[in-house]
Amino acid sequence: MNSKTESKVNITIDSMQLNVDSKMTIIQAARANGISVPHFCWHPELSVAGNCRICLVEVEKLPKLVIACATQVSEGMVVHTRSPKVINGREAVMEFLLINHPLDCPICDEAGECKLQDYAYKHSVGFSRFDEDKVHKPKRHALGPNVMLDMERCIMCSRCVRFCEEIAGEPQLTFANRGDHVILTTAPGEELDNPYAMNTIDICPVGALTSRDFRFKARVWEMSATETICPGCSRGCNMHSWARNNEILRNTPRQNPEVNSYWMCDHGRLSTFGEVNSPERIVTPLIRKGEDLVEVGWDEAIAAAASGLKSFRRSEIAALGSPFATNEENYLFRKFVQEVLGAKSMDYISRVREGDEDDILVRADKTPNSRGADELGIRAEENERRLQGIMEGIRQGTIKVLYSLDGDLGSVFETELLDKLELLVIHSPVRNGTTAAADIVFPLATYAEKNGTFTTFDGRVQRIRPSVAVLEADRALDGFSMSRLDKFGTQFDRWAKGQRRDARPAWKVITALANLMGKKYRYPTVEDVFNQMVQSTPSFKGMTYAKIGSKGLRLEGSVVPATVEAR
Amino acid sequence: MTTNGQQKRPQIRKKDLSLWQLSYIPEIIKGMFLTFKQILRPKFTRQYPEEHWTPPSSYRGRPVLVEEDGVERCVACGLCARVCPALAIEVQASETEELAKERYPERFEINMLRCIFCGFCEEACPEEAIVMSNEYELVFSNQEDAIFGKEKLLMTTEQLKERLEFLKESR
Ligand code: SF4
Ligand code: SF4
Ligand code: SF4
Ligand code: SF4
Repeated sequence: MNSKTESKVNITIDSMQLNVDSKMTIIQAARANGISVPHFCWHPELSVAGNCRICLVEVEKLPKLVIACATQVSEGMVVHTRSPKVINGREAVMEFLLINHPLDCPICDEAGECKLQDYAYKHSVGFSRFDEDKVHKPKRHALGPNVMLDMERCIMCSRCVRFCEEIAGEPQLTFANRGDHVILTTAPGEELDNPYAMNTIDICPVGALTSRDFRFKARVWEMSATETICPGCSRGCNMHSWARNNEILRNTPRQNPEVNSYWMCDHGRLSTFGEVNSPERIVTPLIRKGEDLVEVGWDEAIAAAASGLKSFRRSEIAALGSPFATNEENYLFRKFVQEVLGAKSMDYISRVREGDEDDILVRADKTPNSRGADELGIRAEENERRLQGIMEGIRQGTIKVLYSLDGDLGSVFETELLDKLELLVIHSPVRNGTTAAADIVFPLATYAEKNGTFTTFDGRVQRIRPSVAVLEADRALDGFSMSRLDKFGTQFDRWAKGQRRDARPAWKVITALANLMGKKYRYPTVEDVFNQMVQSTPSFKGMTYAKIGSKGLRLEGSVVPATVEAR
Repeated sequence: MTTNGQQKRPQIRKKDLSLWQLSYIPEIIKGMFLTFKQILRPKFTRQYPEEHWTPPSSYRGRPVLVEEDGVERCVACGLCARVCPALAIEVQASETEELAKERYPERFEINMLRCIFCGFCEEACPEEAIVMSNEYELVFSNQEDAIFGKEKLLMTTEQLKERLEFLKESR
């Protein structure tokens, strides 16, 4: 590009004078200026296919309507997106698309978030002149472990085919046959099983591709959608967490051009809410009385922890932060350990699965906040003992107490080692081998039940928000996203009686512990913890919850990694 | 309305009644005449509940699910639940391998304490699977009993014949 005049052109869309990049297509230019042109096959992140024809627009001096997705802008171009000719053309295209569409919206999971359904209302006349029989094709055909195909609903837009080829890098889907016999298929004996396969469900503009996991679980309008972050790895994909009756039913990616574009991996989508809904959840605090862990109230558990911790010398105490905990929790944990317990042995357990990564999204570090834990000094050089030292200390009997924010130490600590401890205090959402060995267990609110922030591997601080209410939370008062059922349900409605566990975020428990042990901690909300953290941690400088918003903020001085730039 | 915008007080008209009229005797005679006339006519008081009333097919009694060939017609689309202004309906869909229809209601509940008998569910249903029956006797002694599940909601097409015909005619 030598001069500005070469790269920019003047065009008019719907009598709006625009100065746009000459490489843009009409649909891009329109979209960038807030004019929406209907489209099925076009997707901002995929190549142009130009097969659905719904994006027809009128360009002055051209004899016929042209498709906005494949027509480049040129100097002096005058485009109409709402002229009678265009509307006529669109209605005709809709009529064609609906000829063989089964219109089984009532049993289709896409209904409510279906482009075809929406456009049928917006851009269609509402009746069909087609009296003949519709073509019948395979329904309920599993394309792979996670994706179900209903071929009758497919409008042959090829978005899914292009996604697999261009984004997932595995061309697993293709069309076979021709005309009205065309079917979408994998190669014989092959499956649609790439790690990103379920994104085809989101981009499929109709209900041809649906999730096998979410199949028939709920209608989309019955759920609330919460803007949050996937905790599945250190990428920190932005997502919506969908809940009904206090239970998460699905996750879907939420667009963030700097993190995950429009995508997320199947693992993050499917495996990250199992723990939240798990029957193994600890629903009330537990303390050891003799051999057994017995259920007690919060006050009793916190008092027991305080008196237990007080009765040891600071050198006998070790602490483990957690890469699953929020920045706020790790910050307050470290502060508490240093100021109140005076202990100097601290670290956290990493969960890096070497090799289980790719250059699309998935990271080998399977925790959402190890960068945050590093940033906040959980694994600082100056810590007297770190993981190996702590284990050695326990073995030798010099470390007698372990206070852990991490609910599962099983990957590193053997049960015999934990049994050597005189006091094990732990925050955990679920029962496991570690909690069985613990003396005091605080039920921990999962990522889906609390507010806070995670820091991605490349230093982006992002907000998590609760989609599931714990016992002490109130959906309306605490600013949860609410479905219609949440708004109007009462205690007498079975559909509003979903289980609420008596779990708490760790920062709350730590605050109470500190106050009981003689330090005045005043953090009425998690935002107060965050603000304090920002003040005392240089790399978070200037951040507030409001500034982080829904898209996140980069830590001071962090480098944008190449993979993100390339996109 | 008067021109100055003020409203006139309604006038109380006093009738000039004669002495004969003031005695009320003519009115009493009229009343007694009516009473004796009715005595001779056939009775139309219904001895409810011994004598049951069957409402016409246009009547909106409690909503029920239509059972056809041993299964419910319902495909668990949830449209009735969505349209219900009283949020009385809860539908949980599930997949079925045996039936042709792919999905069926694993659970279907109507809270009869919420239902206001508006008939919107019947109108919204794409399968004519929920209709307003002619049943109007709803008795329960606690809140849980007021939630009707499939066992109480299902009625065969035979039982609902009249309503289904009415719906066909008035479509
Ligand atoms: S399955 Fe969906 S995304 Fe794929 S071609 Fe058909 S309509 Fe398009
Ligand atoms: S790549 Fe990581 S953060 Fe993104 S969806 Fe997968 S597990 Fe979650
Ligand atoms: S009749 Fe009206 S109130 Fe009753 S269940 Fe149907 S839609 Fe709801
Ligand atoms: S609208 Fe009809 S088909 Fe849909 S859930 Fe209700 S009764 Fe069933």
